[in-house]
Amino acid sequence: MASIAVTTARPKRRAKRDWRGWGFVGPFMIVFLGVLVAPVVYAIVLTLFRQQLVGGSGFVGLSNYVTLFQDSKFWESLFRVTLFLLVQVPIMLVLSLVAALALDSLRLHGSGFFRIAIFLPYAVPGVVAALIWGFIYGNQFGLTGSLNKFIGFDLFQPFSSEWILASIGNIVTWEFMGYNMLIFYAALKVVPTELYEAAEIDGAGQFRIISGIKIPALRGSIVIATIFSIIGSFQLFNEPNLLKNLAPNVISSYFTPNMYAYNLSFAGQQFNYSATVAIVMGIITAVIAYIVQLRGSRQEVR
Amino acid sequence: MSAATSVPAGPTDAPVRRKPRRLNYVQSSTNPKKRQRKSIVLTIVMAVFVIYSIIPLLWLIINATKSQDDLFSSFGLWFGKDFNLFQNIYETLTYRDGIFVQWFGNTLMYVVVGAGGATLLATLAGYGMAKFNFPGRKAVFAVVLGAVAIPGTALAVPTFLMFSQLGLTNTPWAVILPSLISPFGLYLVWTYAVDAVPTEVLEAARMDGASEFRTFFTISLRLLMPGIVTVLLFAVVATWNNYFLPLIMLSEPTWYPLTVGLSQWSAQASGVAAQPIYNLVITGALLTIVPIVVAFLFLQRFWQSGLSAGSVKA
Amino acid sequence: MSSIIKRKALRRVAVVAASALAVGLSLTACASGSTSTSGGSAGSAADLDAALKTGGTITYWSWTPSGEAQVAAFEKAYPNVTVNLVNAGTNKDEYTKLQNAITAGSGAPDVAQVEYYAIPQFALSDSLVDLTGYGFGDLQSQYSAGPWSSVAFGGKIYGLPQDSGPMAMFYNKKVFDQYGLTVPTTYDEYIAAAEKLHAADPTKYITSDTGDAGFATSMIWQAGGNPFTASGTDVSVNLQDTGSKKWADSWNKLVENKLLSTTPGWSDEWYKGLGDGSIATLLTGAWMPGVLESSVAAASGDWRVAPMPTYDGTPVTAENGGGGQVVLKQSKNPALAAAFLRWLNSDPESIKVFLASGGFPSTTAELSSPDFLAQAPDYFGGQKINEVLVDASKNVPTGWQYLPYQVYANSIFGDTVGQAYENNSDLNVGLQTWQKQLVDYGNQQGFTVK
Repeated sequence: MASIAVTTARPKRRAKRDWRGWGFVGPFMIVFLGVLVAPVVYAIVLTLFRQQLVGGSGFVGLSNYVTLFQDSKFWESLFRVTLFLLVQVPIMLVLSLVAALALDSLRLHGSGFFRIAIFLPYAVPGVVAALIWGFIYGNQFGLTGSLNKFIGFDLFQPFSSEWILASIGNIVTWEFMGYNMLIFYAALKVVPTELYEAAEIDGAGQFRIISGIKIPALRGSIVIATIFSIIGSFQLFNEPNLLKNLAPNVISSYFTPNMYAYNLSFAGQQFNYSATVAIVMGIITAVIAYIVQLRGSRQEVR
Repeated sequence: MSAATSVPAGPTDAPVRRKPRRLNYVQSSTNPKKRQRKSIVLTIVMAVFVIYSIIPLLWLIINATKSQDDLFSSFGLWFGKDFNLFQNIYETLTYRDGIFVQWFGNTLMYVVVGAGGATLLATLAGYGMAKFNFPGRKAVFAVVLGAVAIPGTALAVPTFLMFSQLGLTNTPWAVILPSLISPFGLYLVWTYAVDAVPTEVLEAARMDGASEFRTFFTISLRLLMPGIVTVLLFAVVATWNNYFLPLIMLSEPTWYPLTVGLSQWSAQASGVAAQPIYNLVITGALLTIVPIVVAFLFLQRFWQSGLSAGSVKA
Repeated sequence: MSSIIKRKALRRVAVVAASALAVGLSLTACASGSTSTSGGSAGSAADLDAALKTGGTITYWSWTPSGEAQVAAFEKAYPNVTVNLVNAGTNKDEYTKLQNAITAGSGAPDVAQVEYYAIPQFALSDSLVDLTGYGFGDLQSQYSAGPWSSVAFGGKIYGLPQDSGPMAMFYNKKVFDQYGLTVPTTYDEYIAAAEKLHAADPTKYITSDTGDAGFATSMIWQAGGNPFTASGTDVSVNLQDTGSKKWADSWNKLVENKLLSTTPGWSDEWYKGLGDGSIATLLTGAWMPGVLESSVAAASGDWRVAPMPTYDGTPVTAENGGGGQVVLKQSKNPALAAAFLRWLNSDPESIKVFLASGGFPSTTAELSSPDFLAQAPDYFGGQKINEVLVDASKNVPTGWQYLPYQVYANSIFGDTVGQAYENNSDLNVGLQTWQKQLVDYGNQQGFTVK
């Protein structure tokens, strides 16, 4: 991505062009080709065929892609994760940002404790997180049930169709808020203190310092965190798949594109079509990540 | 979410706009001139964040002390009639001839071999990218970055079919091999190495006739250490949390990692001859996160400095 | 040594008890090898005995709680054979892995536990060994007709039944007494009881059902429906036949009026609900007592068993759940695998272990044994529940079929019929959607679907 700029900016400092570097890069690339590139190529080949339970396999050209573009289930799942992404990612990143700025403000009692406590959920495996929240979300006996009883009516229905995206979003936010907070915090720590001092001498208030110095300094981190969150949202699988037992009708077999691909191949034996979903999702993710990347750097230039 | 979100954020995309600085930059907190007035409001806001982060973990700890009957009959955030924690731990560790202990050992193996290998490969490759100009370098860069955007979980099917043709499914290799690749680790080490290892030092070593690998192991490795530790820690988390890949690759519980084992325990509560063991699922979940939390707490100093150092290189 | 003596004694008893006990047949075949008395395929049965003698190692996938003890007993009886028992997941998780291994062409076990509804799917993909050649046809008389027809169809025998699940109504007597409910015998009475109970206490429901493919198909079965038929690759799906409609029309009254608990089956909350009386009845298979006793201890003494409610008063029920074991074609030692399977599901010793673990048998000898019928567990207030359950096993309509892609069909039940549950709307609409998707899928996969 943009760091092509970084790397091409330094050719004069590098040793003369020769093959020695491959000694270091080679091992990585061999494994990389084997476990990442080969499956991608294989997946592309798969998309050109169709295998049936009865009647075997045959070359079908691009017909799987044509089917996919007319498949309302696929579009519904894509729409759902897009909606999820548009709501959950900003909320999570803003919360992470607020926490990071608070940590960096030096105006906290016990900031070290806060830092590690908020980060802890990141160490919890997604599977375990979904299990824990699944229990907590229980309408009758879980904490949600207790909360509803306290309020007096059933306000929270985590497994209803209206709430389910919010419920999953909450789990994802819980898992990754602290992680993003640390990314932002780490970037803030390297802003030269002199900048703040100069600003204060100029009479700038805390909010002015935040909007004028800290946020701009964080732009690169925010772009990266956004890209990761987009990739993560498009790949959403573990949480909805585990919660499906608790909300069997609300979480459909094509709730997210990844669940759709999984169920197509492992429940429906439609490996070729499933690979088509995977490849198309890969392309969509790459394009969107690239656009975010471009926008991020354009603002940087301006 | 998937593995992609649990990899470390690479250095930011922003072009270099600061001069490379000393790594032990001046932390603002060490500046005595800065006002240190504490804010109650801010502390309260952060306390809310902490409560949100901690409550599910508290729930887990409290409920790991309950028997299955208590679990079904007592309030979630308070203790049940009996304190059953040790009984639960004992049952978790001995259920089905101690399969949990075996899963624990498997997870450790995947972490040591997978995350260790990923860190090694990423370090070598990142260093190579940073310090050598070789034919095909730009192609490597483009391919690695391009592959990052493809949903790893969705590639599971072709990977599975490919591995099964190679006879790798249902072996530890099916889990280890894919986790050996950490493009973000490569990226982090790469940008870290650009400044952490001065080219002048390398040239001096070359003059002395040292081989490239010798130089790497005797000089560069030490300079790269903070970056490596960060990559390692995030690779450890990624492999410790790995669920999807082992789920489809492995059919025999003897090779399961903890995550897959726990979800199987959770699933056995259904259907004919259902055997719910919710108390063991909860206790097992607690035992699963304890080691990784402890590792984070103890290695805090290292990874936090590595993370900061990583983001210096933007 | 002692097991051999016991075996011989058992054989003598079995022989003396004469051919009425078909169990004796297999036992004789089992223990006496070449002197097998079973008719035409004697040579093949001898293959199995030879395989047992030669020994070897086989892998057996099962999640049933009795698996471990059964394997131990088998290895004791046949020291040359090692059985590697693997719990590869519970029901559909295991089928996914099994299907993966079949797709991959390697990694499948020799013997696997598969529920009845999934057997046609694996049979169709030609993944199972036809056991007719090993003389398994002679074992037919040992099993009740329903389970047997689930493992033997299209002129082939794909496995042996292990358990069965004739449906009955389990009800919480304490709740019934407290709210003055009488035990319903028809669905009209059942629905009336549902209304009365929920009106009296809004936290209580007659039952919980959030849409479960296994339950729905069994209920259609009971209503006389026959929505799926398959003959080779010719398949027909009609989820609006008389039986399907009959069930949907009556169950609609519960769904549309929100008289069903929305707690998903098998969740922790569901177990809690069974214990505290908020779920008052369960319409389910005869294997349920074992689950209740071991996992809903809080309600000990509260539950009772009654025959299924019916539509017109004529006793009728259906099978729900239950399954058997099959031998996979990937097996390198199919004779040994088949021999293990034969022992597993017909040897009295194995069946004894199975019964002790709370399973409900499919073998006629056990179903008619006075000991079995006389059991009166305290959990059910001393009721002789097996009398009710065995009676149910005699009232299962024959001719029911599952689709050759039923596992997939069940996986999209929530997407289709589940939506009717979710919106408290007409189940018939959901059934039509399900049917349409099943027809489309079947045609895509090369079946001829009507």
